[in-house]
Amino acid sequence: MIGDGRFGEFGGTFAPEILVPALEELEAAFLEAMDDAEFLAELDDLLRDYAGRQTPLYRCRNLAAGTGAKIYLKREDLVHGGAHKTNQVLGQALLAKRLGKTRLIAETGAGQHGVATAIVGALFDMETVIYMGELDAERQLPNVQRMELLGARVETVDAGSRTLKDAINEAMRDWASSYETTHYMLGTVAGPHPFPTMVREFQRVIGREARAQILEAEGRLPDVAIACVGGGSNAIGLFYDLLEDDVELVGVEPAGQGLHARKHGLTLGRGRPGILHGSRTFVLQDEHGQIAESHSLAAGLDYPGVGPEHAHLQDIGRVDYVGATDDEVVEAFRALSGAEGIIPAIESAHAVAHALKLARKEGGPEVILVNLSGRGDKDLGRIAGDDHQETV
Amino acid sequence: MNRYDRMFERLEEAGEGAFIPFVTLGDPTPEVSLEVVSCLVEAGADALELGIPFSDPIADGPTIQRATRRALDAGTTPGTCWELLAEVRKRHPEVPIGLLVYANLVVQGSVEQFYERAAEAGVDSVLVADVPTLEAEAFAKVARSKGVCPVMIATPNASREKLETVARLGAGYTYVVTRSGVTGAEVDADTTRSEVLDTLARLDAPASVVGFGISRPEQVRAALEAAAAGAISGSAVVRRIEEHRGDREAMLEALSRFVSEMKAATRPLA
Repeated sequence: MIGDGRFGEFGGTFAPEILVPALEELEAAFLEAMDDAEFLAELDDLLRDYAGRQTPLYRCRNLAAGTGAKIYLKREDLVHGGAHKTNQVLGQALLAKRLGKTRLIAETGAGQHGVATAIVGALFDMETVIYMGELDAERQLPNVQRMELLGARVETVDAGSRTLKDAINEAMRDWASSYETTHYMLGTVAGPHPFPTMVREFQRVIGREARAQILEAEGRLPDVAIACVGGGSNAIGLFYDLLEDDVELVGVEPAGQGLHARKHGLTLGRGRPGILHGSRTFVLQDEHGQIAESHSLAAGLDYPGVGPEHAHLQDIGRVDYVGATDDEVVEAFRALSGAEGIIPAIESAHAVAHALKLARKEGGPEVILVNLSGRGDKDLGRIAGDDHQETV
Repeated sequence: MNRYDRMFERLEEAGEGAFIPFVTLGDPTPEVSLEVVSCLVEAGADALELGIPFSDPIADGPTIQRATRRALDAGTTPGTCWELLAEVRKRHPEVPIGLLVYANLVVQGSVEQFYERAAEAGVDSVLVADVPTLEAEAFAKVARSKGVCPVMIATPNASREKLETVARLGAGYTYVVTRSGVTGAEVDADTTRSEVLDTLARLDAPASVVGFGISRPEQVRAALEAAAAGAISGSAVVRRIEEHRGDREAMLEALSRFVSEMKAATRPLA
């Protein structure tokens, strides 16, 4: 490896030895590609003409009515596929092609990354297999149907907590025997080096665009920029180009049934350092070091680990990581849908929930930038289900 | 001279290879596990490879994943494992004991504490499944300072440079994987690929023991013919625990028969 993949004391390459040559090959291809004008031009073309970039920055007309705040939404929900995930799979798929791979595998929680992978699998005519926890496949059925329509095979995983963590385990196992023909399209800024760096570089487009757009709209940078954090790819994408600026950065983790409840996904808030899925990072775990199960209404945030760079950004105090409870998230989901005609992914609604909290606060920030990482069509059944429960 | 060196010397004199069974500590329960491990030694195992169960064993196939789950469900903690190991050591003072673990269990508390505990329990070697050569230096250094052999994995896709690191950092023995993938008897070992074994021998690496996909006596023989010093069998052993988990006597009998058949294959043909 050329880099060590460290972010302060976090990161690294904690993967079975058999995968190391594949990781080294990927790192080399990535570094070479980022220096190759032709590769970058092809990626730019795809981002513009296929994925629909740049995405708009929309100032909410009604959501913050009655408060002194302006809430801007970076509309990653309008990216082809319905979420920011497509940004980085285009980059990774081009790399896979460059490496001569013919097969793509990926893990998915909410299904958005699975859908994005299935999209590029179809576009580049590659065999595509998506690993998805059984529980997630049940709660995100529309996305399972989309993946299958796009030609991917969805393998449900019934091990462990039957969620994203177990889907990653299974994808890594597949890759250990298939790396010669297969690229593992990891969906977030977690995993062994070079994934956290590579995925971040492909997601930086979010913050780069948002920064320029808000400067144009407001003549200044926002007071605060907010994104939801599961693995943390949309958040790092938004934050990275704002790290050197005087902007408060906030990542919102799923507090589930409440900050003091046992069921949550507050990896940075309540976890501690450990090694999971290839990185040293913050991990939810028991006192013996067994990985604990996370809980979130949002399948995409239901993960007991987090990208190692986030662990570092928390460590050095550059980014604040807070929680939003399921109740706050459902309220935000409804509020944005009703006020603006935009249905957010339940993952993204975590960021919206925190924005609303800040907007309603006396003396709160004036200009708030929220990464609306995905759209919520897939979640209608879940929220409708909640309604049903409330009436029982 | 450590227990591994003494074992390999003894076997060399006898013209035999080593047969090393793997089981997960605490499978199916901590109590039965102790009997299982003793049974393996009594049936002829030259050394033991024992796993501390971890919730997310990414290098293991379905059979060992299920063993891990059984052990955890039976309440096995790393603490339970240290106690079991100390008892195994007491019962079998000379058998080399290797541990197979995942990194998150090693970094609980501190790496120093982990290896210190391993040494106290009488463990001879530790292999960390998700610490590759790239990250192994720091772990190997601490292991050696506590008198524990760091076992390194050599894979079929490893470069010459990587095998040099394996030879330099490793001690006790070298775990040679002859096929890609995760553990499991579902896919056979490819013992015809002996370039890695030849390279390791030239590099003067610790004795090569072949693992992954070893489930039949003829595979043990093939591994030794390909110049390995021994063979490890995991999933095939664990499958026998699973098949007979309701009947302890039948389990121990099946394990005993399997180990003696596999051990017999390490002996020169009469």
